[in-house]
Amino acid sequence: MQYALLIYSNDAQDRFAELPDAEQQSIMREYFAINELPGTFGGAQLQSAATATTVRVQNGETLATDGPFAETKEVLGGFYLFEADDIDAALDVAARIPAARMGGSVEVRPIVER
Amino acid sequence: MIDRVYRDERAKAVAILGRVLGDLDLAEDAVQDAFVRAAERWKRDGTPRNPGAWIVATARNAAIDRIRREQAFARKAELLARAEELPDDGDEEATIPDERLELIFACCHPALAVEVQVPLTLSLVSGLTTPEIARAFLLPEPTLAQRLVRAKRKIRDAGIPLRVPPEHLLPERLRAVLATIYLVFNAGYGPPVRRELCGEAVRMAAVLATLMPDEAEAHGLHALLLLHDARRDARVSPQGELVLLADQDRGLWDEDEIVQGRAALERALALRSPGPYQLQAAIASLHFESETDWEQIALLYARLGELAPSPVVELNRAVAVAMAHGPDEGLALVDSLGGLDGYHLWHSTRAQLLSRLDRENEARREYERALELAPSDVERRFLRDRLQS
Repeated sequence: MQYALLIYSNDAQDRFAELPDAEQQSIMREYFAINELPGTFGGAQLQSAATATTVRVQNGETLATDGPFAETKEVLGGFYLFEADDIDAALDVAARIPAARMGGSVEVRPIVER
Repeated sequence: MIDRVYRDERAKAVAILGRVLGDLDLAEDAVQDAFVRAAERWKRDGTPRNPGAWIVATARNAAIDRIRREQAFARKAELLARAEELPDDGDEEATIPDERLELIFACCHPALAVEVQVPLTLSLVSGLTTPEIARAFLLPEPTLAQRLVRAKRKIRDAGIPLRVPPEHLLPERLRAVLATIYLVFNAGYGPPVRRELCGEAVRMAAVLATLMPDEAEAHGLHALLLLHDARRDARVSPQGELVLLADQDRGLWDEDEIVQGRAALERALALRSPGPYQLQAAIASLHFESETDWEQIALLYARLGELAPSPVVELNRAVAVAMAHGPDEGLALVDSLGGLDGYHLWHSTRAQLLSRLDRENEARREYERALELAPSDVERRFLRDRLQS
């Protein structure tokens, strides 16, 4: 099974920014370590929601607007793509993502496989 | 005959097919087909020597038929290949593995909503029908049916495994399984009593204890449910009124279940790994003695409060203390508990203790408050009786 681990940062990004350099680096090493897991097959950290542009096509006309599609505190901050035998392995990885213990949350969603 | 086979073999067949096919809906439908065929065939030809293996083999073929008939299955070839792995000989030599434990753990997986875990377990493991479960939990049938379908789909699509969890997840997951079985029992214990739910819970606890013989709390839960179930008929009068422990007709206690429950408790205690269910079973066991050892019960409640802190446990300890050391001391403990103002038993306990201290006016006010909060007619009638006496 393949899963997307969607990282919603909420307060985690602010808390991260306030940490001393050494702690920030140690947390970044945790993120990189998840990249190195045998099951991980993709992932990205996203720039802040302030940089988002949202596109809709209405009656053949493209409308681009500034900002994320929904103005909420729950901002998608990044994701991993992870392959595992079952959801338990994916939940274990999700629990290792630092944002999950820093006020954020991680949504685990199975990927449609074709 | 077929009823007994249904009860014993249905969940096993669903578990095996569900694991191999990765689709519990399909597994249930195929097993249902097999029992429909059994009802026709067994009447004519007699019950096969190995009904469980017959059911699995017939369900396998029914699953294959269903997969072939289905045009739209994207994974048709893959599903067919999986179905063909299933044993197809229903002869008397075949041994069918018991994977009900794996099924229970899937039903109680934390990725499923808590409110669906109990009905899902009753549906898949106990084989209760949707209308039966809907009635037991006072849910509209379509609502429940929809929840069950969604849960089974999530098990399939999110990859919730049908297996006993690995060591590092086991303690937490086992707690959820034990809690689910306990909730099934409570839903049946009433009042009003629903025998079939109590019976199912006791049966599931027995399966769990048999399949996980090294887990002290599995035996502890089995013991607790047997000991509670032993009093099931004594705690509600023929008129449907609640009967307090001290007033119960001991002749109505189920001696067999008391003996079995105490044996299960012995097995639990021998594993030397104490837990909340074992403590509650020990308390239940003491209540069967002709002279109740309230001192000992108060100590067990204190220990229970350490392992599983809860104001309800403290309330029970206060009752035991009142019995051992007098109503003054009990009342002081009851009054020291916070957060139970909305709980009818807190008020009725206060009422009883106040009454024993001859503070009748205060007792009446507490009974009235309990009456307002009591969740069932039976309990309201009981409290009204107390108020009048």
